[in-house]
Amino acid sequence: MNSIGEECTELKQKYDDCFNSWFSERFLKGDHDDSMCAGIFKVYQECVKKAMKQQNIDFKDIDKDVLGTENEFKAPPTDNS
Amino acid sequence: MARYFENTTTFNFSWDQVARGYWKRYPNPQSSHVLSEDTWSRQVKDGCLYTKRLLTKTNRVPKWGERFFNAKSVKIIEESIVDPEKKILITYTRNLGYTKVMSVVERVEYRPGVSGTTVARRSAWVDSQVFGFSRAIRAFGLERFKKNASQMVNGFNHVLNSMYPRQSHSSVYTLKEERSRNVLPAVHTS
Repeated sequence: MNSIGEECTELKQKYDDCFNSWFSERFLKGDHDDSMCAGIFKVYQECVKKAMKQQNIDFKDIDKDVLGTENEFKAPPTDNS
Repeated sequence: MARYFENTTTFNFSWDQVARGYWKRYPNPQSSHVLSEDTWSRQVKDGCLYTKRLLTKTNRVPKWGERFFNAKSVKIIEESIVDPEKKILITYTRNLGYTKVMSVVERVEYRPGVSGTTVARRSAWVDSQVFGFSRAIRAFGLERFKKNASQMVNGFNHVLNSMYPRQSHSSVYTLKEERSRNVLPAVHTS
């Protein structure tokens, strides 16, 4: 899959490979230490942020958390009709 | 009134398999509308994995909608929480920008089902605030969402099948329940 910045795609793939093996082999098995991919993630993120800046994407809107907050939508109650 | 929609899908894969496959969903033969995918932030907190990803997708609109929504692509924010202890994966997706024209929010909860399956419970809210056109836009948005959601399930099953090929029957999924209705506008700050 491509990154939003063409020049970041290779870094993204490297990071994704690292993450997927960490998630599968460590995280799901109870090891919560996430330092394994921290280095490559940092480099990849710098690339993405630069690419997004060039595309004038607003970071503020992305940083806002919704899931797990009171802003999260709730399913309406089930109607019995 | 926002339009609300929900359905339930059963994947014939274990929760661990679905959780692993979730990050590898794209690309798949049904995902030509997904243009890019990036991890924006990620951290482990209280034993759960919190991730925020940015996706861009093509924006296919009918001719009449072009005057409101002429962007070639839309940006989507996907938040997720993986709880490996309780085996719950929750994803929460919303569009970034154009939310007055049309806002689509999707929440999916993946939990273990019976005999090694995984059940995905999907909720979606579609809203629009364009004067005089909001009903038409909501109806269009809901139909497009339903179509994309079933494509997403097919694509996800394709990925899971190639990751875990022994379960050849797994492309069969059941749509157990589906409902759709009008609801009061949800309180949302965006």
